[in-house]
Amino acid sequence: MAGVAGGGGNGNDFQWCFSQVKGAIDEDVAEADIISTVEFNYSGDLLATGDKGGRVVIFQREQENKSRPLSRGEYNVYSTFQSHEPEFDYLKSLEIEEKINKIRWLPQQNAAHFLLSTNDKTIKLWKISERDKRAEGYNLKDEDGRLRDPFRITALRVPILKPMDLMVEASPRRIFANAHTYHINSISVNSDHETYLSADDLRINLWHLEITDRSFNIVDIKPANMEELTEVITAAEFHPHHCNVFVYSSSKGTIRLCDMRSSALCDRHSKFFEEPEDPSSRSFFSEIISSISDVKFSHSGRYMMTRDYLSVKVWDLNMENRPVETYQVHEYLRSKLCSLYENDCIFDKFECCWNGSDSAIMTGSYNNFFRMFDRNTRRDITLEASRESSKPRAILKPRKVCTGGKRKKDEISVDSLDFNKKILHTAWHPMENIIAVAATNNLYIFQDKIN
Amino acid sequence: MAAPLGTGTRTEEPGQEKQDAQEKEIAHPERAEEAKLKAKYPNLGQKPGGSDFLMKRLQKGQKYFDSGDYNMAKAKMKNKQLPSAGPDKNLVTGDHIPTPQDLPQRKSSLVTSKLAG
Repeated sequence: MAGVAGGGGNGNDFQWCFSQVKGAIDEDVAEADIISTVEFNYSGDLLATGDKGGRVVIFQREQENKSRPLSRGEYNVYSTFQSHEPEFDYLKSLEIEEKINKIRWLPQQNAAHFLLSTNDKTIKLWKISERDKRAEGYNLKDEDGRLRDPFRITALRVPILKPMDLMVEASPRRIFANAHTYHINSISVNSDHETYLSADDLRINLWHLEITDRSFNIVDIKPANMEELTEVITAAEFHPHHCNVFVYSSSKGTIRLCDMRSSALCDRHSKFFEEPEDPSSRSFFSEIISSISDVKFSHSGRYMMTRDYLSVKVWDLNMENRPVETYQVHEYLRSKLCSLYENDCIFDKFECCWNGSDSAIMTGSYNNFFRMFDRNTRRDITLEASRESSKPRAILKPRKVCTGGKRKKDEISVDSLDFNKKILHTAWHPMENIIAVAATNNLYIFQDKIN
Repeated sequence: MAAPLGTGTRTEEPGQEKQDAQEKEIAHPERAEEAKLKAKYPNLGQKPGGSDFLMKRLQKGQKYFDSGDYNMAKAKMKNKQLPSAGPDKNLVTGDHIPTPQDLPQRKSSLVTSKLAG
């Protein structure tokens, strides 16, 4: 059955296959193991995940093996480290979770890899470097490291480099702390490769990657009187090409585009994106479900995509009054909002992503389902990340949720959906049709079928 | 639906009302859901996206407040009749009396992620 693809022109006969799954199979999921962010680096060779336990795991794609042509670069563990630890702010009586909210890679400039990882309060710049050589033949040290008595040395030798087993080391190079009163929800590296922004519920700060003791506040929506608070910042991102432009989304379903050239404090937006609401359909839930949980620029920089509770919208940056495309993710949930409010699911923050050519978009749903939309063909598909369909290169079967009375075979009814199995985080390889889907504590990797 | 005797012209109404309600539900499922919610929680605030809900979001993670709250909570627990939740029910401060046994283990995870296993 035809699926949804990205890249190339083969959108019609496209199929997704299972490639790998990472993580434990046990029923009892430890809170710390819940994956909280997934991100490919610029080349797609590295895939990073962060979890609630503050740990980062980086996978690296294996070089394609000529003797095994069907094995297209598997992702295997490259490095893992504890990025953040739990803290307690005694002054405010506040627990600071170690959960990694976001990871963003820096473009690669030398042999080492750099990424930013953040929890609610602190951003860290990590350097991941390889060591595959070791020096031997030191003059002042024995082979086992003991210092030699310098007075006993009668001859000098030049140490030689010997190969050793590859060791990947992660070290924190910068710690950007104490700049956020509220909880950080986004970080975004600027196209200038020198600065980045961090956004919390009410403020956005601009940092220089080299400077940790200072950051500039560029957006502040905190009202003088907190009783007047009506909206919070939910996500923010820099434009992929224009280093002076960034956007931030709000809990009221609006997006503001700001230009840092116009003023130091970007409280006044340059563009304001909002879709007019039909007043007759307004309900208690309207504002809650309109809250934008993610905003992502297209690779081209011409569009941006927003995710709210029930839909994904694509906006043309040149048109502020409505999105150019709207895709329903799980419209059948509209008649379940009461229970979704009671079990707090209505506040779940789903992310969304573009494929490399911006021709397709992907986002998650419940029951470990995730959805893909092809912008050209307008076809959409629902797939499931499950252990049942996890045989190597097994083609994923499209799933369907039935809303009406008669349930067809292979369909699942809305009431049978498992709302604890949420796919909040997904990532698409920057160039190829490889996707990473985080299903609670497991990471699934799917690839397109090799013809 | 059989019409009871003597209700002549009104026989169509109950069925019609039900159909109207169903149409309304289909046209505005959100409103129907809202009605359900209001029926369950009549005291639900008028401003759904307003301060209460946002303040709760801003205060995420804050469990313990100060000694004033601590003593108030202690006094409340001594009193057998617990007062009904006030408008600030969403802000959970002071109800939780931290004791060393209650505080969760804040040690960082020394176990390697199972993704790397």
